[in-house]
Amino acid sequence: MTLLSVRNLRVTFPTRQGTFEAVRGVSFDLGRERLGVVGESGSGKSMTGRAILGLVRPPGRVTADRMELDGQSILNLPERRMRRIRGRRISMVMQDPKFSLNPVMTVGDQIMEAYRLHAGGAKHAARDKALEMLRAVQIRDPERVMAAYPHEVSGGMGQRIMIAMMLAPDPEILIADEPTSALDVSVRTEVLNIMDRLVRDRGMGLIFISHDLNLVAQFCDRVLIMYAGRIVETLAAKDLHQARHPYTQGLLNSLPRLDAPQDRLPVLQRQDAWREGDTITQSLDTEFPGGL
Amino acid sequence: MLTVENLNVWFGHPPDRVDAVQDASFTVPQGESFGLVGESGSGKSTILRAIAGLIDTWSGTIAVAGKPQSARKRDRAFFKTVQMVFQDPYASLHPRHSVDAVLSETLRLQGMDDIDRRIARLLDDVGLGRGFCFRYPHQLSGGQRQRVAIARALAAEPRLLLLDEPTSALDVSVQAEILNLLADLRAEHGLTYVMVSHDLAVVGHMCDRLAVMQAGRIVEVMGVTALRQGTAQQEYTRQLIAASRGYARA
Repeated sequence: MTLLSVRNLRVTFPTRQGTFEAVRGVSFDLGRERLGVVGESGSGKSMTGRAILGLVRPPGRVTADRMELDGQSILNLPERRMRRIRGRRISMVMQDPKFSLNPVMTVGDQIMEAYRLHAGGAKHAARDKALEMLRAVQIRDPERVMAAYPHEVSGGMGQRIMIAMMLAPDPEILIADEPTSALDVSVRTEVLNIMDRLVRDRGMGLIFISHDLNLVAQFCDRVLIMYAGRIVETLAAKDLHQARHPYTQGLLNSLPRLDAPQDRLPVLQRQDAWREGDTITQSLDTEFPGGL
Repeated sequence: MLTVENLNVWFGHPPDRVDAVQDASFTVPQGESFGLVGESGSGKSTILRAIAGLIDTWSGTIAVAGKPQSARKRDRAFFKTVQMVFQDPYASLHPRHSVDAVLSETLRLQGMDDIDRRIARLLDDVGLGRGFCFRYPHQLSGGQRQRVAIARALAAEPRLLLLDEPTSALDVSVQAEILNLLADLRAEHGLTYVMVSHDLAVVGHMCDRLAVMQAGRIVEVMGVTALRQGTAQQEYTRQLIAASRGYARA
């Protein structure tokens, strides 16, 4: 079942040198799956996520042939209507918890505020929900964390708090923009496990934006590879290492590997043809190649 | 080239004193590339900053080229021998100084002559070319900025280069270019590297030996072959290697 359907999404910004196209005709469908979006900085992957949530500020412009959530268009909705979708039905987790949490509010108050904004209800009900969410993201001592301020918790815990806050209203889609880049490897595994469980248990759709190819190959079901604002290749995550697009291959080759030492790393030779040209789409046997 | 013995580094005063590094010892011979790995807060960058003279609250021995260094004052010869490249090229270059200004200031501070010719050489060395001379940092990409930062470090013609996560702010394709550049420069100039990274694959690629740190202590010093084959002695190192191999679904 398709949760989100996007066709020919474009994001443009006027500049003194003319119009800059950050996203140039992106199309994809998201089901109840883990969809990875990979690319270098400036490839438009974050901007795609922001466009879906209506977070592109003027003078930036978003256009699309179609952008539908459960069959209803969410393209350029008035801010008031968008606010009822944002958070409640589509949520976003950003890269660094340091900049996403309010430093002068306790963790508990922030989660409760976010929840009551969307679901309403009494304060004590929101408190119970906040505690439940903190437990769901494997925080062992939720009572203490509720009363803590953001600077009193570690980066990994901050990111889990962000996830708890985003999940309290039970969204259908979570957009995670580099959710683990600021975390240590050991904490990273924990945070990924939490998101993985949410996709499986609640049937949530996850858009996982990352620059880490190997991580995406291991964590996601399906991967979109973006270059210069376009999707250049779509394939099942497990087949990432059999990628056919020279850009994807180039990215994979430029990574140093512990198991295959080499004197020099191959350097990516960019080609203008990658900016245009067709998307290589792998024919997928099943709708969800990773299996859910 | 570099000897570190029983190094302790602390911040603050009791009762709030934090012991960031405790009893760290290692030596790096001339021409070697040595890695420091560990999670954030393990003290790896702190060691580097203590060696560079950016922290003065330490005890123990730091000797560069056989010469013990004091915590407070470093002489001119030290800064001619040791230079550092920082993690974030967006933060380590002055936004309103052109490449030419950055390099000529450094060269003048080092008491060099023939500055214009040297700037051209430095830019060639880091693969930028003379055309970049009058650009400002905002006119450069992340990789180009890190090249300028490397050129600045090379201006003093140092023998020991301290690299603090030199590629972690860069895309993987740009990371490959910078790692290749660093390898070439080491071979050409006979440099010694001490490199801090959280990425074991990068350290495995660049270094001959490495120290694994946890909570301020060095838990293990190992060769890169042991890292590759996963034959670490300590449980913590094995966990770190396993975690860095990627994500295994629970």
